[in-house]
Amino acid sequence: MSTMKPSLPFFISTVVLLSLATAGIAAGPGPDAGGGSLSGVVKFQGAAPMPMRIQMAADPACSKSHTTPAMSEEVVTDGSGGLANVVVYVSDGLGDKTFDAPTQPVVLEQKGCVYEPHVLAMRAGQTLKVVNDDSTTHNIHPTPANNREWNKSQPPGLTIEETFARQEVSVPVKCNVHPWMKSYVAVVKNPYFAVSAKNGSFEIKDLPAGTYTIQAWHEKLGTKSQQVTIGANESKKVEFDFR
Amino acid sequence: MRFRTLIPRVLGLLLLTCSVASAQESRIGDLTGHANRGKALYERYCIFCHGTHGDGRGESAAYLDPKPRDFTQATYKCRSTPTGTLPLDSDLYDTITRGVHASGMPSWNPLTRQQRADLVAYIKTFSSRFTEEKPGAPIPIPAEPPTTPESVQRGADLFQSMNCWQCHGKEGRGNGPSAVSLTDTKGYPITPFDFTSGPRFKCGNSDTELFRDLVTGLDGTPMPSFTDALKPDQIWDLVHFVKTLAKGNTVQAVQSTPKGNQ
Repeated sequence: MSTMKPSLPFFISTVVLLSLATAGIAAGPGPDAGGGSLSGVVKFQGAAPMPMRIQMAADPACSKSHTTPAMSEEVVTDGSGGLANVVVYVSDGLGDKTFDAPTQPVVLEQKGCVYEPHVLAMRAGQTLKVVNDDSTTHNIHPTPANNREWNKSQPPGLTIEETFARQEVSVPVKCNVHPWMKSYVAVVKNPYFAVSAKNGSFEIKDLPAGTYTIQAWHEKLGTKSQQVTIGANESKKVEFDFR
Repeated sequence: MRFRTLIPRVLGLLLLTCSVASAQESRIGDLTGHANRGKALYERYCIFCHGTHGDGRGESAAYLDPKPRDFTQATYKCRSTPTGTLPLDSDLYDTITRGVHASGMPSWNPLTRQQRADLVAYIKTFSSRFTEEKPGAPIPIPAEPPTTPESVQRGADLFQSMNCWQCHGKEGRGNGPSAVSLTDTKGYPITPFDFTSGPRFKCGNSDTELFRDLVTGLDGTPMPSFTDALKPDQIWDLVHFVKTLAKGNTVQAVQSTPKGNQ
C-alpha cells in the first residue's frame, strides 16, 4: 500500500524529468526556412592603418613557411573601404528561443604560424576542431571572460576538439609559444550570425520575421549596434560604419 | 505503514539539504570545512592580499608580483584535474598548506587542518562555478619509470621539439625568445619558471607533482597542458630532464652524457 503514495524523492525526480522534457521541446530546429535575409556591408571610414609586418624569426619553422612577409590582421580593409573580420550577429529579439548546436564542427587552422581564419564565428556548444598544419609545436590558449579557460600544447599533426558552452563575442585565442599568433572565436547562442568577408560584405539567412538588435563586433574598433525589423521573405540591407 | 512512507521523505529532505549545503562546504579526506567559519579566518589572514570580494585586489596587491589569485574566476594553477576544469577541494587545501614558491603566498601549515578546510569552503563561495559545475576527474598518474641517461636525453629532445625552450630558454633559465611577451590571463606580465633557480616548484617539488603539472597545465598562465600532446612515458622523460636543469646542469651537459653510462 505504501508504494501507492508518491514519496518526496519520487516527486523530485518527476519534476526534474518533466523540466528536462520541456527543455527538449523548447529547443527549436535550425534557422527557419521562409525567413528573411539580412545582408549588407561593413565599412571602414577614413584611411586604414598600414598592416604591420610580423617578425617570426624566433622560430625558423614559422618564418621558413612564408615566401612573402606575413602581415598583421588587426584591421583588414579592401580598396573600397570594406572592413573584413567583423562579427555581425543577432544579439536580441529572439526571446526565449533556444537552438540545438549543429553536430558539424568548425575548424580553426594553424598554418605558417598564423590562425586561419583570423576571426571565426561558431555556435555555443558546437565543436571547435583545432588543426596544426605546421611543423612546429603550438599551444592553443583561449582566454574567455564567460567560458572555461583551457590551454593545450599541440605538436604537429595533432587535432584538438573543444567546445564553448556560453555566448561570448569574442573569445581571444593565442599561442604563447609564438606571441604574434592571435585570433578571435565568436561564440553565439543562435544561428543568426556572419563574419564580414574581405570586401566587408555579410549575409544572415533565414531570419524569422521580427525586430532585432544586430551587433557588429571588431577586435580593435569596438561594437556597433542597430535595430532592424524584417518581414517574412524580406531581403533587407544594412550598413555598419567603423572609423 | 506510516513509518515506511516517512523514510523516503526524510531521505529526500536530507538529499536536498546536502546539495544546498555542499556549496558552502569543502571535503578533504575525513574533514568537512565550513564556509562561515572560513570567512572569519579569511578576514584575518587572507583579505589583505586577496581582497574583501576575493578578486585578488586587496590592499597589498599593488606591491605583489605575481598578483594574488582572483577567486571569482575559479581558475587555479595547481590542480589534479584537466585544463579548463575546477580543482578538487584537496587541490586548494594542498596549495594553502604548501604555499606558492616564488610568490607572496606563504605556507599556511601553521593553521590547523580544520581551519585550512574551512578556508577552502569559503574561497569557493567567491565563484558561482563551484555551484554550477563539478570538479574535473583527477588525471591518472602511472608508476614512474627509473631516471636513466636515456630518459633524460629523450626529455631533452622533447624540451626542444615541444618548444618548451621558446619560453623557458635553451638552458631552462626562463629567458626564451617568447618570455618577454608572456602575460597571465588577467594581462599581468608573467615570468617562465627558471629551472636553474633550485629544486622548488610552484605546485610541489616531487616528480609526481611535476608529472601532474605537465598533464594539467597551470591554468591562468601561458603554461599549457600536455595531455593530448604527449604520452605518459614522454611526460616522465620531461620530468627527469627538467630536474637535471634544477641541479644546474645545462642542456649541453645532459646531451654530452654518454648513452648507457650507468
